[in-house]
Parts: sequence; structure tokens; C-alpha cells
Amino acid sequence: MELLMASGIGVLVGTGVFLLLRPRTFDALLGLTLLSYAVNLFLFSMGRLVAGRAPVVQAGVEGYADPLPQALVLTAIVISFAMTALLAVLALRAHAATGSDDADGGVAPGAAGAADRSAAGAEAGPRRDGPPRGGGEA
Amino acid sequence: MNHAPIVPIVVPALAAALMLLGRNLPLQRSLGWLSTGLVAASALWMATLADDGWRAVYLAGNWAAPWGIVLVADRLSVLMVAITALLALVALAAAHGDWDARGEHFHPLFQIQLMGLNGAFLTGDVFNLFVFFEVLLIASYGLLVHGDGRDRIAAGVRFVTLNLVGSTLFLFAAGILYGVTGTLNMADLSVRVSTLDDAQSTLVRIGAWLLLAVFCLKAAILPLCFWLPSTYAAAGAPVAALFAVMTKVGVYSIVRVYTMVFGTDAGPLADAAFPWIVVPAAAGYALAMLGALAGGDLRRVTAMLVVASAGFLVIGAALRTEAALAATIYYLPHTTFAAAALFLVADLVGRARGRWGDRLVPGATPARPAVLGLLFLASAAAVAGLPPLGGFIGKAMLLGALLPAGAPAALPGAGWLWAVLLAGGLAALIALARAGIVMFWQGDEVGPGAASARDLLPALLCLGLVAAVAVGAAPLQRYAQAAAADLLQPQPLVDQVLRTVPRPGPHQPEPKSYR
Repeated sequence: MELLMASGIGVLVGTGVFLLLRPRTFDALLGLTLLSYAVNLFLFSMGRLVAGRAPVVQAGVEGYADPLPQALVLTAIVISFAMTALLAVLALRAHAATGSDDADGGVAPGAAGAADRSAAGAEAGPRRDGPPRGGGEA
Repeated sequence: MNHAPIVPIVVPALAAALMLLGRNLPLQRSLGWLSTGLVAASALWMATLADDGWRAVYLAGNWAAPWGIVLVADRLSVLMVAITALLALVALAAAHGDWDARGEHFHPLFQIQLMGLNGAFLTGDVFNLFVFFEVLLIASYGLLVHGDGRDRIAAGVRFVTLNLVGSTLFLFAAGILYGVTGTLNMADLSVRVSTLDDAQSTLVRIGAWLLLAVFCLKAAILPLCFWLPSTYAAAGAPVAALFAVMTKVGVYSIVRVYTMVFGTDAGPLADAAFPWIVVPAAAGYALAMLGALAGGDLRRVTAMLVVASAGFLVIGAALRTEAALAATIYYLPHTTFAAAALFLVADLVGRARGRWGDRLVPGATPARPAVLGLLFLASAAAVAGLPPLGGFIGKAMLLGALLPAGAPAALPGAGWLWAVLLAGGLAALIALARAGIVMFWQGDEVGPGAASARDLLPALLCLGLVAAVAVGAAPLQRYAQAAAADLLQPQPLVDQVLRTVPRPGPHQPEPKSYR
């Protein structure tokens, strides 16, 4: 179980960091989600990996699961869920305001700047679906 | 038990909840003033108590220390809460009227920000610190994008992303610390950290470094400071003024955790952050000063100077001598108020110059340059650390601490630090003088509106606080020295936290022997 847990956390962190380093807010958002899964599993395993044990002290029971990491994970899940939702909304607003999903923010004002940016973006890689940009270029 | 330590957390939380019930702006405003005023009163009262050596350990939920969450009100944390509350009064005055009507929920977000800041300063538990960080951050996200605008949203996306990464690192760090030591209470951690074996202390060192990375991100220390200028420059003036205290949360956390948990008694972990962090802090200070010289508008210059001040504060803390730490603690209120004043003045000047804003290009000059010019001069002098004001005293204290009187030699690297600090001060002076010359003396047009007395009031209030730090220099310096001495000898605080017993509850009748 230790090997599975450790490599699972490792894979999640690796993919999370990779996605986070990409220049799109959508990818960064997915990366953050994966990282928060990883950190939740990590916190959980820091209370030692045990199965089928009670977290509450009872008479005549030996061996407990540590309840504190469970409480921490619960808090962390709620917070990261809310934060991720907020980031998603902000990213959508930014997309609507700038017409770009670029994590570095805005497009230069004016159609010329936008056209330059979309040309540069086309080289950088495939776009995800979204409203068509630079419709006036043609 | 004295319940004062929980007031700065509970009152804003209740006020924010009440505000959400009625979406009535005048009601929200009066509640906001009431709550902020109460917080300020309780903080100032606790500060006068702490000045006489009072220190409170508050058991939240009446659970004894390593199990429950404790709040610690000692000299430093109470000072930080007082700074926050006073700054919040200024920011509220600046927001009242125009700014808070530009979007919904300014006041609830403001109160939650206040609650998060105060909680982060008062808590004595690492995980609780994380929770309060999140509380203040989520409110700051809302405040940052308040008033809308493309720049704000774009800055908001970057700010939120970066801080979410920071939160994840914080959780990893907290997990490692808990996994090895089995506790997250700072006092308990400081006891356990000194008894670790080699393998465990390597793991804890990694946790300590992760935690340091998070705090440096909040405080904007060199490799992690590049988010700050664009964020603060994009925020509205009242929000930017309040944000002046946000980097100080990072500085405070560095000071608190790396003196209490990883202090000189921490055995092999004593050098987890101090003193080597002086190198990135000084480099960040220098780089930010160069950034201030290159800044294209006054708000960006101010934001760069905020980065520089964080570097300055961490240098003082990292030297781990009483005099240097006292310089940091004395400089902290001054630099917070001064930066907030400059943000407010930048907004006033920007509005007075019409379409030129606060960009540093020759254009329009303000219609009534005398009043605004004097305000700018005063706040620039405060930020640059010129003699009559507290910035000068703080800098002199730190420079003096590098060459202790009576010691045979200066601290190692003191020459370099002297050079960096003095050159940085000169750079700040040049950057602000250039800004003043361009904005007030160069330009053929006269800007549109003149600011009314009501508009000037928040900036004047903030400068009044700056002046108070200078006028009250002697008592404040004494306070700072006592706080520094407390921080460098954390053992009494650790004992007090671990030995505070819960009050007997209703199900557990009070022992009769008392009466």
C-alpha cells in the first residue's frame, strides 16, 4: 500500500506541476486540481497508513487511525474546492475581458495587438475550444 | 480568562455575516465602521497591556494546548493587530463614499480580510495559520478585482494561481511537520524539534524550507516577489493601502516560526532560515530599488518599494540579534503606513492629472499643486526614510545593529549590507524625486478636477499615523526592543502555552476549595 500511495502521489504531483507550468489558465487550473488531490492524499498518509481502525477512542480497542489528518484533509478539501471554483470563474472573466486564455494576462489593446497575439498563439500549440478570435482579420 | 485576544477575529467575522443578511450599503458601512473601530480599540488596549509585559494564551474552545488551537497575544502579535486595525480604519475612510459603491460586497470582503489578517497574527498553531492565510487570501481575491476592469481581472488570475500554489506547498509542509513530530502547535513543535534524530530532522528541514518558501511568497522575498508589483498596481487605492499590510503577514510568519519553532534552541535545525535568508532578502531589496527607478507609474514605483521594505524587514530578522530584530519591529508599522499613504496619494494625483493618470510622463500637472504636492512630499519622504520620520530611525537602528557598540568587530557581511541599504535608500529617493518632478513640474496642461478636502482626508489620516510612529519613537522603540527580546527567548512563551489549563466547564463543577 505504501508503494502505491507514494507513487500515486508522485504521479499526481508530477502531472500537476507539468500542467501548472503551461501558459494557459485552463491547464494551470487542472494542474492545481491535481496538486490539491496529491496534497490531500499526502496529508492523509502523514497520519500513517492504517485500514479498518477506529479514529475514536473506545474502551477495549487497540490501535487507532489518527483522526487529526482526516480533519486537516477535510479542511483542505473545502478550501481547495472553493479556491479552484473561484479561479475558474476569474479565468472565465479574464477570457471574456481579454479574449485570451493566456496565463500571463491581457492582450494588447486594439485589433492589431490581438491579431499578433493570436498568430503567436497559433504557433505555440493547439487552442482549446472557445469563441473565435480575430474574426475581423479575414 | 481575558477574552480580548479573540475579539479581533470574532467581531469582523460576525460583522461580515450580518452584512450579508441585509444588502444595504449605509447599513454595511456603519457596521464596518463599528466592527473596525471595536477591533482597533481592543488591539490598542491589548497593546498597552502588552507594553507592561502582559501576555495571553487563549484556548479556543477551552481545549488545552497541544490538542486544541491556541491564540497567542504577545507584544509582536498585538502590535501587528494594532497596525492592521489602524490601517483598516484608513482604508475604510478611503473606500467610504465612492469606492465601496462600485460593486457589491465590498464591506463583507473587507471584514473577512480583517479577520484573516488578525487571525494569522494571533494564532499559535501552524494549521490554523494556514486556515487564516486562506481566509485573508480569499477576501483579498475579491477585494483585488473589486471595481472590475481588465487589468484587475488579469492580475487577479495570476495572484490567485500563485497563491493556490503557495497554499499547496503550505499543506505539504504542514503534513511533513505533523508526520514527523505529531503536532502542529508552534510551542509543542518547538519542544519536539529539538529532540529529533538525524533522519527525522532531515525531513523536518524539508518541511521548514517548504514553509519558508510559502512565507517568502507572501512576503515577496527575492525569487518569489515578481507577482507583487502588477497585483498592487492593479488594485484600487483603498485596497492597495490595505494590502500594504499583507506582505507583512509573510514577514511576521517568518519572524514567528523561525524564532519560535526553529530558533536557536532547535539544535541542527536552528539554521533552517536564519541567517542565510539575509542574502536573498538583501538581493531582493536591491532589485526592488532598481525596479522603483525603472517604474513607469507611481503605483508601480510604490509597489516596488513595498517589495524593498519586505526585504529590509527580513534582513533585520535574519541577523538574529536583539538590536536588529528591534529595528525590524520598529520599522514595520512605519513602512506599512508610509506605503499605504503613498498608494492613496498616487491615486489622488492620478485623478488630478486626468487622462495622464499617475504615469510618469510629462503631461498635465494637478490643478492645485500645493496641497497635493505637500502630501506627496510627506509620503515620499516617509517611504524613502528621510530624517524627521520613523523610516530614518528604523534604518539607523538596523545600520547600528550591524556594528554593535562595544563589539570588537562588525557582524560578518555588515559592509555589504551597509552598502546595499544605503544605496537602496538613495535609489528610492531618486525614484520618488523623479516621480514628483515629472508629475508636478512638467506639463503644459492643467489637470481637470481638484481634490476636495474629503478626498484628502484618508491620506492625511495615514500620514498622521506615520507621524505618530515618529513622534512616539521612544516608547515604540522600547516596545520593539522588549518584543525582540521576547522573540529571541521563546522558552517562557512555550511554557506558558503548554501549561495553560482549560477553565472548568459547566459539566465539571468548579472545585469548591476556592471559597
